[in-house]
Amino acid sequence: MKKTIIPIGPYHPLQEEPEYFTLTVDGETVVDIDAEIGYNHRGIEKLSELKNFDQSTFVIERICGICSTSHPYAYVRALEDIAGVEVPPRARYIRTIIAEGERLHSHLLWLGLAGHFLGYNTVYMWAWKLREEILDVMEIVSGNRNNYAMFRPGGVRRDINPDDIPIVLKKIKKIVPTLTMLHKAVRDDPVLHARTKGIGVLTKEESINFSALGPTSRASGVARDVRKDTVYGAYHEMDWKMIVTENGDVFDKVVVRMLEMLETIKILQYCFTHLPAGPIDSGLKGIPAGEGIGTHEAPRGETFHYVRSDGTNRPVRHKVRAPTFMNLPTYKATVKGSQLADAVIILAAIDPCYCCTERMAIRDPGGKRLFDGRELVALSQRKSKLVQEQLGIRELPLDALGQVAP
Amino acid sequence: MTLTTKALLKSLWVFHLSTGSCNNCDIEVLDCLTPRHDVERFGIKLAGSIRHADVLLVTGSCNRKSAALLQKLYKEAPQPCFVVAIGECSLSRGIFIHSYNCPQPLDALVPVSAYIPGCPPKPEAIISGVLKLIRKVKGKR
Repeated sequence: MKKTIIPIGPYHPLQEEPEYFTLTVDGETVVDIDAEIGYNHRGIEKLSELKNFDQSTFVIERICGICSTSHPYAYVRALEDIAGVEVPPRARYIRTIIAEGERLHSHLLWLGLAGHFLGYNTVYMWAWKLREEILDVMEIVSGNRNNYAMFRPGGVRRDINPDDIPIVLKKIKKIVPTLTMLHKAVRDDPVLHARTKGIGVLTKEESINFSALGPTSRASGVARDVRKDTVYGAYHEMDWKMIVTENGDVFDKVVVRMLEMLETIKILQYCFTHLPAGPIDSGLKGIPAGEGIGTHEAPRGETFHYVRSDGTNRPVRHKVRAPTFMNLPTYKATVKGSQLADAVIILAAIDPCYCCTERMAIRDPGGKRLFDGRELVALSQRKSKLVQEQLGIRELPLDALGQVAP
Repeated sequence: MTLTTKALLKSLWVFHLSTGSCNNCDIEVLDCLTPRHDVERFGIKLAGSIRHADVLLVTGSCNRKSAALLQKLYKEAPQPCFVVAIGECSLSRGIFIHSYNCPQPLDALVPVSAYIPGCPPKPEAIISGVLKLIRKVKGKR
């Protein structure tokens, strides 16, 4: 059978970010997929290494506009990991408030765009109208709609004004009935059932093999959430549920995100009512030499930052791994064999964010790629071997991995 | 002012182009279309293709890969085509000015008719900017 290649992008009316997909189709069935990114690459890791630790938080914030809290959160946690400082309780609560507010507006944004991709613009308009209310809350709390600039190594930059709290709580309370109504409308809609149930199924095994993160993995039955797995912020001080579903199709991904929004509102209400008194900054001065990692559960999954410091005021190495970097390959597993009309919503279901994911490839003047995947793996293996030799670690055979004592 | 320009100003169709931004300005552009801000009341509509558009809304810091595409798209646009730079990145490359991948600002690549500052600019600012552009083209400064 003759195969046809359909290009999508880089500037496509459905996408708000530039990226280029080539879908190989056989009739109406998708056979293969390839993605090309790089239209958003700004060299943030390098820029971060040019600025000092405090200035870097502002660059990190602009990795992605929607995750503008997740990246600084993971970054400051990496710095606190190096310095070994304890964050004051009030700062932890304010951080949690900002992070959860971001999750709420990001999930609503996604819900709206998913409706838009399905050609169901009513959901788009409703979700974005509701999102404005949350952005208002964030504007009251932090002073800006999107880039909040609240994070600094060792604490937060600004305090929450106690006079604002009753206003904010009233606004959040007003959101709940509309949100519940929207949930019911989306959950029970026969049209949405027909378009999303059993479409783009990511099985539990595939999810584990691809190391899917966040709602993408939780919809496939893998209970993985940084907020539950590690102790940070104020998450362990209150009662909330991790939403896990079993089927792994697009509908389940919608359900996971919608139920998460209600949990997020619970967390927000608890944080605002139980905001502890005290300082908002631990007065961290300078970062000692060393290396640290920081993680945070962004709306799309785990954000991972690695920072190495040599005792000066700049990071020597800063590595960012955004959740979409792990989630995007699952698209290859879910889209194969599906109908062409479903390809867009299956992609949208992982909530891709290309700004976070941007990587760079080095080519020689002839256009040939210099470091391909195999070479990078070889480089990494060579480096691991070097580290093993330096530290005197013996290489374990693969079967022994299960028997290593914890 | 020609008849085409006069008619065009009554309903500007915009094409939204992201050239290496952090997504925030793009979201705010989409936000303008949703119920609270609703730019359709001014006749402004998002066009699916550059060939239907009268205004090019450019966000982002024009990195190497998208700068070439931007110039190509600008040539494909029907004239007159007004370019509006949205956000600090497209004005001056903002925080990315020292980046190895953002060599030129937007106005060195294509002529720009209006600048809307902010990081990101609020939807109100974007609407006000586009309306100011209409007034500017009409000759009422």
